[in-house]
Formats: sequence, C-alpha cells, structure tokens
Amino acid sequence: MQIDGAHPDFRAASARALLDPQLRANFRRAMDGLMAKRAAQFPDPADLKAMRDLGTAIRARSLLRLPELLEQLEASCTRNGIQVHWARTCQEANGKILGLLRTRGATRLVKGKSMVSEEMGLNHFLEANGVEALESDLGEYIIQLDGETPSHIIMPAIHKNRNQIARQFAQKIKDAQFTEDVDELTAMARRVLREKFFEADAGLSGVNFAVADTGTLCLVENEGNGRMSTHVPPLHIAVMGLEKVVGTLEEVAPLYALLTRSATGQAVTTYLNLIRGPRGQGELDGPREVHLVILDNGRSRIYADPGLRATLRCIRCGACMNHCPVYTRVGGHAYEAVYPGPIGKILTPQIEGVGVRHDQLHGSSLCGACAEVCPVRIPIPEILVRLRREATHDDPGSRVEGKGTGRTSAEDLSWRLWAMVLRRPRLYRTACWFATRFRRLLPADLPLLKAWTTARARPVPARRSLQERIRKEGLPHA
Amino acid sequence: MPPWECSDAGGGTLRPERAYFYGTCLVDLFFPEAGLAGIKLLRRAGVEVVFPEGQTCCGQPAFNCGYREEARAVARGQVALFPGDLPVILPSGSCAGMMRNHYPELFHGEPDEAEVRAFSARVYELTEFLVDVLDLRLEDLGEPVKVTWHSSCHALRDLGLNGQPQALLGQLARVELAPLAREAECCGFGGTFSVRQPELSGAMACDKAADALATGADRMLSTDGGCLLNVQGVLGKQGAPLRVQHIAEFLWERTHAD
Repeated sequence: MQIDGAHPDFRAASARALLDPQLRANFRRAMDGLMAKRAAQFPDPADLKAMRDLGTAIRARSLLRLPELLEQLEASCTRNGIQVHWARTCQEANGKILGLLRTRGATRLVKGKSMVSEEMGLNHFLEANGVEALESDLGEYIIQLDGETPSHIIMPAIHKNRNQIARQFAQKIKDAQFTEDVDELTAMARRVLREKFFEADAGLSGVNFAVADTGTLCLVENEGNGRMSTHVPPLHIAVMGLEKVVGTLEEVAPLYALLTRSATGQAVTTYLNLIRGPRGQGELDGPREVHLVILDNGRSRIYADPGLRATLRCIRCGACMNHCPVYTRVGGHAYEAVYPGPIGKILTPQIEGVGVRHDQLHGSSLCGACAEVCPVRIPIPEILVRLRREATHDDPGSRVEGKGTGRTSAEDLSWRLWAMVLRRPRLYRTACWFATRFRRLLPADLPLLKAWTTARARPVPARRSLQERIRKEGLPHA
Repeated sequence: MPPWECSDAGGGTLRPERAYFYGTCLVDLFFPEAGLAGIKLLRRAGVEVVFPEGQTCCGQPAFNCGYREEARAVARGQVALFPGDLPVILPSGSCAGMMRNHYPELFHGEPDEAEVRAFSARVYELTEFLVDVLDLRLEDLGEPVKVTWHSSCHALRDLGLNGQPQALLGQLARVELAPLAREAECCGFGGTFSVRQPELSGAMACDKAADALATGADRMLSTDGGCLLNVQGVLGKQGAPLRVQHIAEFLWERTHAD
C-alpha cells in the first residue's frame, strides 16, 4: 500500500503509534488475553510439540506437492460443480470477480472475512465499479463503517475498545441508540446484516483449507456470517491464495485443531463449513453457483525458493502477532500492509519487493517469540535475516522481488569498516583503547549515539577492557 | 557398586580440565568484571582457562543484517583462535547462539565448513557449562538480597537455555528471586534494532525497566550484555534505583570469600 508514491516507513508509523496511549492499552490488553487463552489450550508441552510436528509436516508435505495438488483440486472442484478460476495477479482476480458479478447483474455482494480479498483491494475495486461490497464479519463490519483496514488478521477491529465501537455505532447506524452493552451492540449489527444477507445477489468468502482429493472448501468462523454469506445468496465466490491446498480431508483435522487453539484459544470454533459445491438437485438451500478464484500474486515465486517456501506454510492463525513485542506496542496499522506482525514482515516484502518494503525487515529485534508459537514452525527470524540479505545484495540465482534495491552506500561502507576493524585484532585493540580512555567524551550528535539516547543514558565503556586487564594482570585467580 | 551404575569405561573423566574463554565484544568493552568473574568461577571449579589473544566479535551484527561476507570474514578469524577440541565458553547466550547455531549455516559450502562445524559443536554459554557440564555447587556467602531475572531472547529461544541460570541462583540461600511479570519478553535491544528503530526499542526497554522496578528487586540479572546495557541505559536516564548485573559477576560476588 503506497501513499503518494513514497515508500511506507514502519519506523515513522510505529513512532506515531507509540504516542497513542489508548491504542497501546487496547493492544496490550487484547494480546495478553489472547496469549493466556492460547496457553490454556496447550497445557501439555509434549502434546503441543506433537501437534506442531504434525501440523508442520502436513503443511510442508502439501507444499512439496503443490503443483500436483492444485491440479487435483481443480479437477475435484470441477467434478463437484465448483468452477475454478486462476489469477496470476490481484488485478486479474478482481477482474474475474467483477466479470462474474456483472454477467449475473449482481450489484450487492455480502462478504465473509477474507484476508486475500484485502490483499486484492477487492472492496475498493468493486465499489469503484458500482458494486456494494458489505463486510459481514462483525470486526470487519466495524472497521468498514470507519473506512479502516484490518489491524489484525483474525480480529480486524482489535484496535478499538468497546467505548469506541459504541460511539461509532451510535453515529453511523440508522436509528441506533448509544449503548456500551456488548450484546446490544452485536444485536444492532446483526439486524443490519440480516437484511443484507437476504438482499445480496452474491456472497464472497475466503478459504482456510482447500482439500485436493475431495474438492472441499473449508471455512472456519464463529459468527455464522460465513455460512450465511456462502449459502443464502444465489452465487458464492470463494477466493484463496494458492498455498491453501492440502491433500486429504484427514489432514484438515490436525490443522484445524492448531488453527483455532493458536488463534483465539478455542478448542473448536462455532462453525466449520465444509463446502462441496452448489445446491444439488432436490436440495432446498445453498447457492446455485459456486466459483473458486485461486490467486498467485507472487506466491509461486516464493514457492520456487527452498529457503523461503516455509513462508507459505502459514495457516493465518495470527499467533505470531499476538506474541510479538513489537506488534503488541504499535498495532497492525503501523505496518501499512495487509498482513501485519511477524508473518507480514516476511510476506509483504516478498510480495511487494524487498527494496520498497525494506522498512518491514528491520522492524524486529529477532527475539524469536513468533517462531516459538508458530503452529507450523515457520522460522520467521531466519527468513527475515535472509530477506535483509536479499534487500541489500543482488545475489545471482535469487528470484526475490526487488533484490538488491534496498542497498545504500552508507550501510555498505559501515559494514565494510566494521569488518575491517574486527578482522584486525590490533586495530580492534586500538579502538578499545580509545573507547576506554575517552569513554565519556564521545560526541553526542553521532547518529547512532543520538538514536540510542532517545530513551537511554549514553553507554559508558569500562575504564579498561577485559582484554587489556588480562594482558596486563594475567588471568584472574579464583 | 550397584549394578545399574554407569561405568566410565575409558577410565578418564568427562569433566574437561581445560577450556577456552571467549570474552565477547560487549563484555570486553562494557562488562569486563563479568568476564573476569566467569573465568574465576571456572578456575575455582578446577577448569584451567585459556584466553586466546586476538578476540574481537562473533560477527552477529553483520550476519543479522544480511552482510554475510563481512560476518564470515570476522567469524573465520575468531574460529582460528580456538584450535583443538577444548570447549569454548562465552558469557553470552546471544554470541553463543551465533557461534553454535548460525556459524554452520554461515559457512555452508565454504572450504572450512567442517572445521567450523567442529568448532560450533564445542561452544557453550557460561551458565550452561557450569550446570550441565560441571554440575557446579555454590555456597551463598552474601547478605540477603532480592534480585529479578531477565531471560535474554537469544539465550532462551535461539540457544535454548532451559533453566540453568535459575538453577544456579536457586542454590544461593539468601537470594530471593522476584520474577518479572513478563520475564521472557524481549527487552528491545536486538543489536542494530536499538538504533534502527530507536522509538520502538526505547519503548520496549522502558517497559522492561518498569517491570524490573515493580518487582522491588535490588538488581536485575541476565546472561547477556546487550540486554543489560539496554535496560541500564533506561534506568540511568530515569535515575532509577535499580542496578543491572551480569549473572557471572553476581554469582562470583556471592560465593567468594575475601
């Protein structure tokens, strides 16, 4: 998402977010709750390990056979009466969806939650083309009222607290009275959405898992809006990234168990929809037509790199953001990306280019909290380091988008100087001699020192270094 | 002798008599007392310490930023200082993690990969060595004190320490350990992160300092100089009455008789 042609800047955006105490409190409280709920679902470390092993193996195996599974999925879906469309880019996907709607005269679309549709910018595109796209997930509905984007992939309105939502509903929903009662607020949204489900010409949903051998589209949700969006309107369009396929229905169960526990700390969700196709002969409900749009948008490029492929294992549970000390402090909007948090930091630069999204790559202390909780063991810190490399180096053989374009001569020179000193112990020793002798005299306006001292006192080296003391005094006696 | 007792068939000992000590750049320049204390703890336990000249840095900052050639050139010079098969002991979980877990990948396909892998397999973080290899026993000689403990991210999640520092502190009878509310949360140092994202890093460091202050502890201990330097900076700027200290220095201070 580029604004005015300028590159997004995570540092600047996060610095702004840090100044908003309400935002920080909202996220801290919400993430604390989510971490506790997840932990309660995994009381036994041995069970958790076994579940993660299995989940990782299923996702890795599915990716290993990705081309084959996608072809099988297409064949199975077609057999079930689901029409499959391939889209290399978001524009292509949007165009196909608009085409489907136009040829059926559909002008009102009701949407279940779909991050891929956010990636495609589908809502804006449809609205610009005269189609109303209404979000029916409560969180998505809340942010759509304010023209906002999701701040979390599972809980899109998590940046707002109850009072903020209450005020917003009172302002924006017709005939609504101000209330902070959660049940009443939910009922208000429900009344609006109920009508929309029945009026809609078409429904759109995402896909959590697509099963290659049965042609089943699995949709995980809690509110029933997913079922309404996919069953009430006469036309159902599902969109998915091409990595979402698994081989068999048996493989869905362990992934589902990991997804709900890791995401919201639930053992099961209220709804798990298994969609096999349109309404059959003699059936009384269900859509007349079901279409599946499978989006690439850079994924096949990620797939082709064995070191980056693990990125595509993601089942979009959001546990990495819930446990991220950076995300917790700045929230999702600071990333200026569809996918925020740790998974976004490795996914966004791979899709949009490592040069233009260099801002994402350094927004991490590499603390590893994300990898520790990832249900499919994506080595997020390692991939982040790899992408930092790609951003600053044009390595032959690499197919990473924008490789080498984040290189600056200042950084290049810094690391060359760094290596020059540290490869030469005598030079290092001399540098340490100066640092210890003039330990309080470093000029305060050195850029690095200035950055360090925004929150901290200046670092003061010891009077004598360890090595100097050992050289002069010998090894210390016990 | 009961029949199930393991016998040491070789007649030798699994307890190394000699070990290398790697000072690390942060301990060298900012926490020399921690390095000296680590050496003293080892020597008191009967381990002869070898401290090779020419030590600089493990290369992690460049490695983490993607400057692999620069990192490798520095790392190669360091590996060469530690020939043979003696263990290499570091007073840092982060540098130990770099040398043990990331050197093999950094040297993948290089002519000296095998040599580097053999080196990596000999790397230990100090408390890990004291507990897992030496089974160190400590007697507390100090006055009662309340401390709090910060787990460095790299010690915990990269190197994979699993309670060795706490096991050592637990042997000190007059040391009360007051836990942080968020012990395993990053302090915000992150090497270059601290200067590339100073606002974020500062916010995280301030939260860690506040957490430590809220415990009412006299000092905050850790295995890693980066975390200590970071939190010390915040406490210093705020003029807060809490000290940070490397665990090696604290252990030595509590257990040696003058």
